[in-house]
Amino acid sequence: MKPDPPVTLDLALQHGLSEEEYQRLLDILGRTPTYAELGVFSVMWSEHCCYKNSIAHLKTLPRKGPRTLVEAGEENAGLVDIGHGLAVAFKIESHNHPCAVEPYQGAATGVGGIMRDIFTMGARPIASLDSLHFGPLDNARHRFLMDGVVRGVGDYGNCLGIPTVAGETYFHEGYGTNPIVNCMAVGVVRTDRIASAIAEGEGNTVIIYGSRTGRDGIHGATFASEEISEESEAKRSSVQVGDPFAEKLLLEATLELVKSGTLVGVQDMGAAGITCSSSEMAAKGKAGIIIDLDKVPLREAGMSAYEILLSESQERMLAVVHRGREEEAEAILDRWELLHSRLGHVTNDGRMRVLFQGREVCDVPPFELALGGGAPVYHRESRRPAKLDEYNAADLSPYRADRDWNVALLEMLASPNVCDKGWVTRQYDSTVRTNTVQGPGGDAALLWVKETDTALAVTTDCNPRFVYLNPRRGAALAVAEAARNVSCTGAQPIAITNCLNFGNPYKPESFYFFAEAVAGMGEACRAFDTPVTGGNVSFYNESEETSILPTPVIGMLGLLEDVTKTVRSHFQQAGDRVVLLGTTKPELGGSEYLWHHYGVLAGDAPALDLDLEKRTQEVVRQAIAGGWVRSAHDCAEGGLAVALAECCLRDRERPLGATVALEPGDLAAADLLFAESASRIILSVPPEHAAEVLQLAALKGVPAADLGAVGGDRLVLGAWVDLDLARMAEAYYNALPAYFQAVAAAE
Amino acid sequence: MMARIHISPKPDILDPQGKAVNSALHDLGYREVSEVRVGRYITLEIQPQPGQDSRARLEEMCRRLLANINVETYTIEIHEG
Repeated sequence: MKPDPPVTLDLALQHGLSEEEYQRLLDILGRTPTYAELGVFSVMWSEHCCYKNSIAHLKTLPRKGPRTLVEAGEENAGLVDIGHGLAVAFKIESHNHPCAVEPYQGAATGVGGIMRDIFTMGARPIASLDSLHFGPLDNARHRFLMDGVVRGVGDYGNCLGIPTVAGETYFHEGYGTNPIVNCMAVGVVRTDRIASAIAEGEGNTVIIYGSRTGRDGIHGATFASEEISEESEAKRSSVQVGDPFAEKLLLEATLELVKSGTLVGVQDMGAAGITCSSSEMAAKGKAGIIIDLDKVPLREAGMSAYEILLSESQERMLAVVHRGREEEAEAILDRWELLHSRLGHVTNDGRMRVLFQGREVCDVPPFELALGGGAPVYHRESRRPAKLDEYNAADLSPYRADRDWNVALLEMLASPNVCDKGWVTRQYDSTVRTNTVQGPGGDAALLWVKETDTALAVTTDCNPRFVYLNPRRGAALAVAEAARNVSCTGAQPIAITNCLNFGNPYKPESFYFFAEAVAGMGEACRAFDTPVTGGNVSFYNESEETSILPTPVIGMLGLLEDVTKTVRSHFQQAGDRVVLLGTTKPELGGSEYLWHHYGVLAGDAPALDLDLEKRTQEVVRQAIAGGWVRSAHDCAEGGLAVALAECCLRDRERPLGATVALEPGDLAAADLLFAESASRIILSVPPEHAAEVLQLAALKGVPAADLGAVGGDRLVLGAWVDLDLARMAEAYYNALPAYFQAVAAAE
Repeated sequence: MMARIHISPKPDILDPQGKAVNSALHDLGYREVSEVRVGRYITLEIQPQPGQDSRARLEEMCRRLLANINVETYTIEIHEG
């Protein structure tokens, strides 16, 4: 083992600390830090761990609702009460950068990481969701990334036995080199068995369990501080490899430990490994902690204290066990064939002390490391980019020209952003555990909570084009769409988790999108009474050439009190009336139509009246609860024409046509068919209940119209579209496989 | 000529497959075993075109397709004739 390099300002800068932050570190310690301490502070004060550039904005989001048991930032995930003595832990997290390098393992460890956040709370994961964004599929690299990510998500979730039930797949140039991979997990816990990530009670024992610690994912800064030859670079890997079978054991053992009552607290190890888990637990308990790195089970010889502290090896946990009950806890771990080792104990001196080979290599106050403690908080400059006014003022009238609308709709159905995503979702087990009432392909997935009558509706949503054109409204629209999707299953939206994927926060014009999006999200969440119970920020999703579209993904949780009172998203029965809630406006800005047919991303995001949106969703939920509707589907990418086509096609075995009269009023056909106006939902209603649904809408002040009838094997939209369902299905179902089959054939 | 390519997980990376094989061997009583790593062995027949550097091209094949250089290393043996 090489001796540690001397710690200097230069080395601190290489670790990503600023000069100011290094000075602060010197002040806190009153001396020059050791190499290990420098590593510890640099990761704990990174955006990833302490949200230093974003927290000031995140704090403006509503965090408390009537059902909130654990608020954002308090534990690994938020916790929401669903009655029956049960609570739901749920959270979404990004794994963008690992996936850009190694898509399969990056996605797999993304799923593993978010699962650990859930079962660390004592909750049993019941569902996984994934929001994926890639570059266009006519590029081999983009296909490679997508193929790897989808297999990684599927394999990990399938091996672990957690169904992957919903998500989204979106394509745009900006995601080419920087795919967005956001993984969400949902778990259920008895409210008397909630675990906390806390270390307290002097003398209680700190135990590490799970996989061995290797040199995985140690930050690039490590390499910078050593002489690297080509050879050593080739030997080293910053990629973490996931082991879902180890995770399954970890899951079961953790839940059993929680149940046994032997635990004071438990924390998973994600970013920054032992450093992060031990310091956060101590900071939370306002305690101290002492650990001996010689006791950590290692995968390879010759690891330094720095490497052991910062390793991001997967499938590891840190537990604080009541003194005297260690053997009881260890017996549980033995039964699950998990390695474990007593690392140290809780102290009352308020320090995190780390021993290695008989020396003390780290002695720092944990409070100073942690978010909400001594971690830095910055208010970054935000400046509205001039190009936004240009985009918003763009004249879209040339794109309203008449064309063959049959062809236009067929092309839209084959657009990767619209078409059927079965190629992705068929790689996932969506029904394991047998809770899945509605899996992929619906507006939101619906999961029965066993031993109750209730179900959970979950979805992820974001239309990044709207956020790009109008970040404040775009983020509000994302919340509105997620709530609408949940409401279309009959469930009441109760809380959200968010994954905020943006560019470089040090660029004011880039930070503008973040600041505005958070503001818009807050407005919408307050309107729907859906607090933000947690989430994750991913900055720096840009390179010299390209930047992602700003992508604040919303993961929404809804509660359906009676699992039998739900509907699907597609048409069920010929003869039913087709009822449209909401109004179509001349809003082509940011639409899939503009992008797909003209390659244009311009205009403004559609208007959003939060009060109307809320009332529209109330109508849907009440109509479903009353048993008056047979299907409900929201209008999103592709507008009314695409939404109606989806209602016809989504049951692939049994497509059902419709004949719909559209009243254009002053609208151009392009707007009428493809505008993406918000707050619109298509219902299919048995004729005998049509009057009740229209009355309910009128009572709530929601525009509603009976447009026509379900039936036949064609979709007829007024004078504009008249298409055979078989042709539509071919376009809709074959588009995505064709990209991958064509490649297989060419090779 | 013939090329033999051995691909194995990088020494510092977790190998869940090796771990599983290791524990299965232990279950069968082969307690003397430790540190199992599972890789792949690939053989290729090659007819080099004039002016081609076969080794360089094999390296390229490994980097671009045969090995995942994020997590794997490879060695190439070339047998003339």
